[in-house]
Amino acid sequence: MKYADEFRNRVIAEGLARAIAAEADPQRLYHFIEFCGGHTHAICRYGLEDMLPGNVRMIHGPGCPVCVLPPGRIDMAITLAERDEVILCVYGDLMRVPGSQGQSLLRAKARGADIRIVYSALDAIRTAEQTPDRNAVFFAIGFEATTPPTAVMIQVAEKRQLGNFSVFCNHMLTPAAMNSILESPDIRDIGRIEVDGFVGPGHVSTIIGTEPYEPFAEEFGKPVVIAGFEPLDVMQAILMLVRQVNEGRYEVENQYGRAVTREGNLLAKKKMSDIFELRDQFEWRGLGLVPYGGLKLKQAYAQFDAEVRFAMHELRVADNPACDCGAILRAVKKPADCKLFGTVCTPETPMGSCMVSAEGACAAHWIYGRFRGPQLRRAS
Amino acid sequence: MCLSIPAEVTRILPDDTAIASIDGVDKEISIALIEDLTVGDYVLIHVGYAITKIDPTEARRTLELLQELSGEGQELQS
Ligand code: SF4
Repeated sequence: MKYADEFRNRVIAEGLARAIAAEADPQRLYHFIEFCGGHTHAICRYGLEDMLPGNVRMIHGPGCPVCVLPPGRIDMAITLAERDEVILCVYGDLMRVPGSQGQSLLRAKARGADIRIVYSALDAIRTAEQTPDRNAVFFAIGFEATTPPTAVMIQVAEKRQLGNFSVFCNHMLTPAAMNSILESPDIRDIGRIEVDGFVGPGHVSTIIGTEPYEPFAEEFGKPVVIAGFEPLDVMQAILMLVRQVNEGRYEVENQYGRAVTREGNLLAKKKMSDIFELRDQFEWRGLGLVPYGGLKLKQAYAQFDAEVRFAMHELRVADNPACDCGAILRAVKKPADCKLFGTVCTPETPMGSCMVSAEGACAAHWIYGRFRGPQLRRAS
Repeated sequence: MCLSIPAEVTRILPDDTAIASIDGVDKEISIALIEDLTVGDYVLIHVGYAITKIDPTEARRTLELLQELSGEGQELQS
């Protein structure tokens, strides 16, 4: 078994689609949010939306860490990278993310800032070791699945006494953001969309387990199904959500048992809590300030905290007003609703961050579904 | 960046590192986040780190359930 191809079987997917169609009550609509960009990617890539009956709709949520990074944090990173002594190590996805006024790390690099793309968190440590006379800063982003690797890096840096290594920490927490989506006034008051359930993050849950979602399901009365990232995983999760809705249940169920347990990865959780602590609030693009929405380094590790070491100032800047990313990340609008989608804004020239990473809602729609929207509109 | 891939651990190296094979391509990964790993285990790799072991029994159970739910069990029994 390779744990990939087996979960992509077309015949089984079609069988699952029939089961969903048979069990979904034709008298009602089902709106499910997939929180995670990995699921958005799978849904678009394998055309799963086309296999679902018309009354079962997927809403693409905010779960791509590149997409929810606010432009102010990009501006902060650019200012940092422009310091002579700094080498900024970043994941490639971040290079094109727009900051304010059309700035990006890519442009800063073209102007001469020393910005290097890394593929693994380990590469940033190597950069620090190879350039002892400069300061290597790792631009850390991501949810709970990328946080423990950053924690390990800091432990390694401490052990090897790497005085020239630090982390610009932008790690974010998903359960906090799921709360914020349901409490968002756009959704409660405008009532434009109703959320009937969540396809819960898979990789995040390998670390934190399914348990943190239990109070959430209870409080909001919404089912949560933690799902893997292959097409059959997503289809099964949707069927499980339809069943919960039909039966009036709101439980946390785990479709991704091969990788996720209730308590998660204890070693990784321990490393995370050794190094990081909650921020009182953290800005998410599209969601605004999310209470306890992000992490920072603990005081004991301040020497590895780039924000402390370089006395970085918190910047908050408004999004490009023409970009609908905010509404899309809140799942109030779809990518094709944005005036700029596919005209001014494409993956080569992104205006908003949802067009940057392959997991972003706008980019996933552009790459895998660009002809579907107009055709559907013509047909209707 | 959020995407991660299943891979088989083929060699355990010092310093919490290992070699994993992804479709026949070897890659050095960190295994600092996994306890009790042995050669032959499958892990999910994310930004160069193994973040969880894949449980073969659970994987098989899910596949059986998928066949049952899809009503396509007969055709795919192997
Ligand atoms: S298409 Fe571009 S401008 Fe429009 S919402 Fe998406 S990222 Fe923003």
